[in-house]
Formats: sequence, C-alpha cells, structure tokens
Amino acid sequence: MTIEAIQEELIDEFSMFDDWMQRYEYMIELGKSLPLIDENLKTDDKLIKGCQSKVWLNSEMKNGKIIFTADSDAIITKGIIAVLVRVFSNQKPQAILDANTDFIDEIGLKEHLSPTRANGLVSMIKQMKMYALAYQTQLNN
Amino acid sequence: MSFDIQKIRKDFPILSRKVNGYPLVYLDNAATSQKPQQVIDCIVDYYSNYNANIHRGVHTLSQEATDAYESARKKIQTHFNAKEAYEIIFTAGTTHGINLVANGFSEILKKGDEIIVSAMEHHSNIVPWQMLCEKTGAILKVIPMNEEGVLVFSEYEKLLSKKTKLVFVNHISNALGTINPIVEIIEKAHEVGAAVLVDGAQACSHIKPDLQRLDVDFYVTSAHKMCGPTGVGILYMKEEWGNKLPPYQGGGEMIAEVTFEKTTYAGLPHKFEAGTPNICGGIAFGAAIDYLNTIGFEAIEKHENELLKYATEKLLKIDGLKIYGTGPDKTSVVSFNIEGIHPYDIGAIVDKLGIAVRTGHHCAQPIMDFYKIPGTVRASFAFYNTLEEVDALVTAVKKAKMMLS
Repeated sequence: MTIEAIQEELIDEFSMFDDWMQRYEYMIELGKSLPLIDENLKTDDKLIKGCQSKVWLNSEMKNGKIIFTADSDAIITKGIIAVLVRVFSNQKPQAILDANTDFIDEIGLKEHLSPTRANGLVSMIKQMKMYALAYQTQLNN
Repeated sequence: MSFDIQKIRKDFPILSRKVNGYPLVYLDNAATSQKPQQVIDCIVDYYSNYNANIHRGVHTLSQEATDAYESARKKIQTHFNAKEAYEIIFTAGTTHGINLVANGFSEILKKGDEIIVSAMEHHSNIVPWQMLCEKTGAILKVIPMNEEGVLVFSEYEKLLSKKTKLVFVNHISNALGTINPIVEIIEKAHEVGAAVLVDGAQACSHIKPDLQRLDVDFYVTSAHKMCGPTGVGILYMKEEWGNKLPPYQGGGEMIAEVTFEKTTYAGLPHKFEAGTPNICGGIAFGAAIDYLNTIGFEAIEKHENELLKYATEKLLKIDGLKIYGTGPDKTSVVSFNIEGIHPYDIGAIVDKLGIAVRTGHHCAQPIMDFYKIPGTVRASFAFYNTLEEVDALVTAVKKAKMMLS
C-alpha cells in the first residue's frame, strides 16, 4: 500500500468516532499493535529527544524498504507512534521523504503537533525522515 | 475581609472560559498563576495613559511613570519587609536574579571554596552554580532529602564548614510542595560565615516572607507566580552585598558617569538595573501585591490548606495512587503517580476534560531520579480554586485510570 492509501485508510477509521474519548481509546488499542523494538535495541542512541515519555525508534532496510520498530513507556504516545509506523514502515526511503503529514490534522491529532505537548510527535516524524534521508543517501552513492 | 471564593473567582476573567467543552479547572498554579482584572487593568492603564521611559525624562509622562515604578518598588519593599527600597532590584524573574548573584560570586569565590545546594532544587537553581563552580574551581555540595521529600537537616549541618561561602535553597519545592526550614538553614549558614540565597518563586504566592526577620542575604522571586505579569521579578539583596557584588550587565541606567577612560557605577539598585526595565511589569507587580494583600495571606493560606487536605484525602482513595512529597510542612501542591501508568498519559486525558495539570519532571530531574520515576502528575492549587474543582480532578483521574489500565 502507498503512504497516501494508508493515510486515507486512517482518516476513514478515525472518522467513525464521535468524540475524543473513543478516539483516544482507539489510539490506545493501536498502541498495543505497535511492532515492538527489540529489548536489546532500547539504547540511548535510539531514544527520540524532546519527548516527555521515552520513545525508542529503530529502523532497518529490507528489500529496499525501511522497517520501523518502536516502543514507548506511555500508552498514548505508543498509540501515536503506532499510527506513524503504520504509515511510514515498509516504505521506500524516497516515498517517506516525499510524504506530507496533513493526515495528522484530519484524524484529530493536531493538538499533539504543538511543541508544548512535548510528546515528540514532531520529533518522531523528523527522526523517521532522517532515517529515510540516511538510507536514500546510501542508495544514491 | 471575609473570604468569598465566588467573588474572588469573578476577579479572574480566564476562570470563566471553557476548555475542550468543559469549564476550565486550572490546577497548574505552580507553573504560573492567573491574573485578576485589577492587574490587567493596571497594565492597560499604563500603556493607555502614562507610558514613558523612566528615570531620565523631565516631561510629565516620564515623571508619572517613574513615580509609579518607584512606588511599586516601595510597595514590594513593604510587602517583604526589606529594610530599604534600594535593596529591591527589579529583574526579569527568578532565574535572572539567581544568575545575577552567581555572576557576582564568580569574582568572590576561590578554588576550594564550597557552595551548598539542596537536592530538591529547580534546574534554574542548579545550573548557574555548576557553571560557577566550573569557572572558579569551587566545589558543589548537595543536601540530601529523604523519602518524604524533606531535607535531611543533620546532613546539612555536616556539610557546613569554614569553606562554605554560599548556601542556595528553595523556600518551597516546586515539584513536591515541601516548605524548607529556611530560618534554621540561614542561621546555621551564618554561623560559619556563609551567605544564603533563597529561591522564593514557589513560596510568595502562598506565604509572606519577612526578609529582615529571616536575615537572609539574597531572596529572589517572580511576579507571574503571584498574579502579576511574566518577565518581571525581584532580587532582594542586603545592602552590604549590593555594595560588594560587581554589576551584572553594562548599559544605560546603571552608570553614574561615563568617559572613555573610566565609568563609575550608579548606586543601588540602579547598579544592577542596566537598560530600560520592564516598567509596566514592575508597576503591575505592585498591583498584584496590592491585590493579594486585599485578600490577605492568612485567608489564602487557610483556604489553600483546606484544598490540599481535601485533595490529598480524595486522591489517596484511588487504588495505586502514590503522592510524592509527604512531609509535614507543605503548600498546596500534590505530585502523584498511579502505579503502572505514565504521568504523561494521565495529563493528556485530564486535559481533554478541561483540567490543567502539569506532567513531567517539573525542571527538577534530580528529584525524579531520587524516586526512580520518569515524572509525576502535579496539581497545584491557588486561593481561587474550589473544592468542586478538586472533585473534578479526582473524577478525571479516575476516568483516565479506567481508560489506561
């Protein structure tokens, strides 16, 4: 599936909820489905800075696509990162670099984009794009 | 004056707004307080009627602004019972005041001298001293705290010696609400000839310190925690220290005479007030102090203690909830966690219910390291909060717990 198609799918899913509580409950559910990072990869260099909760993010290249795994000690943060992993994992580096992130607004997670929330949604996206850039640079060389 | 909570709440326009469809329940007062109409009016009045630069113009507006600014300084002096108005130095806030003192001591401290801080300091009261130690070769010592979040006084006494030049301690811990025994801390420090700086940022909205009685050398606080505006605060320093410490910043206002050969500095407090100050902020700080005194600190303390007691009892009934900071002397701050739940998750959900609390390490990471926790949820109450708001908090926390476990 393309990044755009997955984003559309998420927008569809989230549009079913009438209120924030259902949305949050769904995010908590999504958090449980997050492909977890290997325990031995939970090292400081995998931590994303700028989060109130801890977020570890790992990436590896398989058949020209980036596979992300992650974890967090906070449940809602885990849900947020599960959404991002669903969108960006198993995609080509260039596609991740080209993707826009407007869907976050549309699924009602805009408030998490504010830097004051300090949950690091912005940092998470940045880190994923950084990995994509690094892999893309490798491919170009 | 009798304590009429509903009347008081009407003074604060922001308290009638809604957040996420719910009435705002503002319980982040330790971060900053809300502002009453009286203070807002004072700010509007200043910019509408007598905005001018102070201390130099001979024109009427400048005179009026200067008078208002200096009368605010006098008000603050009276409020804190400083001996002289010029011992009150206007700053940009607590952090600025601490850095000003740290900078001054960089000229005084020698290698091997010791400075003591407490284990429950805000980062703003740790970092400047670490920088100072790096620069001067002085050594930083730390007063430990116990499980209750109370400083271990006997350990403090052991740290003191002739080498101690400075002791820095907060009056009240922002993360735990613990009131530190500053009277005894100051007394003991003075016995070995050390100076004491007290960070009163968390204290001055709850209690009214008597600086002469405390005999403290330096005391810093911020207006914005006391119903005043952000960007202004005070540094109190005893006159002898004011004369001893070098100026912090060069610029206009702080000089007596300037030639290209030599500049002589102005006297106190101007020596430490380089540049155009936050004039409106200073004046509004005065208005905030007037407002708080109209309500009265005795009434404030009584009401806040009631809120603290009620919130502590109610919250502790929630299964798995643990409060950090359980000493006998504390102000209306409840820092807590629920077993197995990250504080961030609780904060995010109660916000959705219109409740503003703080989550995280509260700029006091050493405390979190001590308890081996990532952070806490902190509800901090002010005199304008109600028992019903405590109930709203408790219900919201229960709801969060249900969703998250």
